[in-house]
Amino acid sequence: MPLIEVRDLSRVYDLDSGRVTALGGVSLDIEAGELVAVMGPSGSGKSTFMNLVGCLDRPTGGHYRLDDVAVETLSSDGLAALRNRKLGFVFQQFNLLPRVDACANVELPMVYAGLDGKTRRERALNALARVGLADRAHHRPMQLSGGQQQRVAIARALVNQPRLLLADEPTGALDSRTALEILALFQDLNREGVTVVLVTHDAEVARHARRVVRFRDGHVIADTRQEPADARAALAAQDTATPLPEAAE
Amino acid sequence: MSLLEAIRSALSAIGANALRSALTMLGIIIGVAAVIAMVAIGSGARERVDSQIKSLGANLAIIQAGNVTQGGVRLGAGASSTLTDEDAKAVAAEVEDVVASASVITTRAQAVYAGTNWSTTITATDLDFFTAREWGLAEGRLFEPEELRRGEIVAIIGQTVAKNLFGESDPLGQMFRIRNVPFKVIGVMAGKGQSALGQDQDDVIFVPLDTGRRRIIGRNYARDRSVQTIMVKFASEAAIAPGIEQTRALLRQRHRLVEDQDDDFIVRNLTEIANTATAAASTLSWLLAAVAGVSLLVGGIGIMNIMLVSVTERTREIGLRLAVGARQRDVLSQFLIEATTLATIGGAVGIALGIGAATGIARFAGWPFVISPQTILVAVGVSGLIGVFFGFYPARQAARLDPIEALRRE
Ligand SMILES: Nc1ncnc2c1ncn2[C@@H]1O[C@H](COP(=O)(O)OP(=O)(O)OP(=O)(O)O)[C@@H](O)[C@H]1O
Ligand SMILES: [Mg+2]
Repeated sequence: MPLIEVRDLSRVYDLDSGRVTALGGVSLDIEAGELVAVMGPSGSGKSTFMNLVGCLDRPTGGHYRLDDVAVETLSSDGLAALRNRKLGFVFQQFNLLPRVDACANVELPMVYAGLDGKTRRERALNALARVGLADRAHHRPMQLSGGQQQRVAIARALVNQPRLLLADEPTGALDSRTALEILALFQDLNREGVTVVLVTHDAEVARHARRVVRFRDGHVIADTRQEPADARAALAAQDTATPLPEAAE
Repeated sequence: MSLLEAIRSALSAIGANALRSALTMLGIIIGVAAVIAMVAIGSGARERVDSQIKSLGANLAIIQAGNVTQGGVRLGAGASSTLTDEDAKAVAAEVEDVVASASVITTRAQAVYAGTNWSTTITATDLDFFTAREWGLAEGRLFEPEELRRGEIVAIIGQTVAKNLFGESDPLGQMFRIRNVPFKVIGVMAGKGQSALGQDQDDVIFVPLDTGRRRIIGRNYARDRSVQTIMVKFASEAAIAPGIEQTRALLRQRHRLVEDQDDDFIVRNLTEIANTATAAASTLSWLLAAVAGVSLLVGGIGIMNIMLVSVTERTREIGLRLAVGARQRDVLSQFLIEATTLATIGGAVGIALGIGAATGIARFAGWPFVISPQTILVAVGVSGLIGVFFGFYPARQAARLDPIEALRRE
């Protein structure tokens, strides 16, 4: 049974200027443990697809089962619970709360999971250590580099131990070196069993996924598998003088 | 998230825009301050009236001699003695619902006892006085009718006089002198404390009416029956007004005043006088109530406005919270708590300000300063409710945001 089971999924916007079909009947299965890159030109429906898969948006047609739950049957509170427990999001713009430190940002999903302060703090610090930011726990987003901010966002996405990590252009705002670091992190997580779906424009980024799904005009036009490049090896080869923060076990 | 945490994060959101938040609170601050001042002033004035009525005795009217025209010059009340103790008796006998009608003459004199002397008020009166004032004895007895009739030299003293003249020793049965006349103490009044005007009501010596006229004031009571005031007590508050009308008619007739002549006496309804004293206070109270109402409304709208701004500014934050699992009601309560916290802080500052203002006004007007814990509780409650009421719409706007649109918003 696939983790994500999408059948004929569509999303149509009714605008004054007419109907816009952002997604026109997509069928796709993603198994647990996969690392999938979603590619396609701008406006091809990648984000629309991700938002539907992430239960942030409701489809106008078709069916979607996540972990064997028919998502369209859920109430808005049910969707919130699903996002909280089963899904982690990583955004291109990081979306950290500017007024609080990294630790509090990572705690946020646990606040809505109803965990007490002590447990939250403990787990948040663990998650930050996991992404190599143990020493930055009490820095505010403003005091962190772009790559560090994205790693805080990843720690936040991970902290409730989701089955699925959804990343919409997670490296879009980062330089290639930092992007590689983030990809290495995703690959590590994937090896540990987290299913990862990431949207990218960048073929270089997509090289690191075992499977690449291509969109155009709201449809899947290609679905290919490949031997992924190893981001950590690339990093090591690229620069041995500045070692990466090692991912802790 | 526990309530405490929610409040803490609301405080940090408020603190992030400290100046804006402070300006927003201004309406609530002024409103609550006005409410506090209003209640304090209102109840202070009421308390003063109550204590005035209580210390005087309820349902009293006072008749004063005066308003006599002599050679075209109108003299003030009490300037001449047109009232007599016979008038007092006639009022008691003929006017309906009269419980007591006391004749009163007051003067000041020195009382002397074993080398100690004390200057005090001498009130020459009859038994009706004690009924009218609802004033009882601490020890001893009141005047016997016979003592009143014969004008015997006996006295009943107030607590202050007892303390200052006799010290620790028991005054009952002791002899002391007023203007060289030896008086025997037959009773000591119960303490009555200060009058509303701050006079010590216990600083007084009561003597029989005729004794006072003859021995202290030095008048021939056989010829001069005049008194300064007649104190009339009615059976009920409703009986006062008709009673006063009857009294006026009776006294005009007794004084043989013809149609176009003015009264040669003045009748005052003491309850009414006390009540008019509250009129000024109540005007001030209404003014403050208006200020409070308008300020609280403006303050509430201010909070609504700033919360709407805040929701717009933090749309992305809301989107993110929804994305990581916040339910609509989590977002709703977050913004409601923020609005309520804002309003409650305003309320607290307003309370402090209101207490300050009320203290100032009370001191200036000479009212007792009354502020109850309930008032403060109500003020805090009201400001909190304003936060909830005016914060609800913005909070609902926030909760209803679409996560995608919220996240995409710049
Ligand atoms: N809220 C909306 N209202 C109307 N049309 C929309 C809305 N959101 C997306 N669309 C339309 O749906 C189509 C797909 O948009 P989508 O954001 O999924 O593209 P994308 O593949 O993510 O593009 P990009 O690579 O630029 O992010 C576009 O044509 C877009 O104009
Ligand atoms: Mg997109």
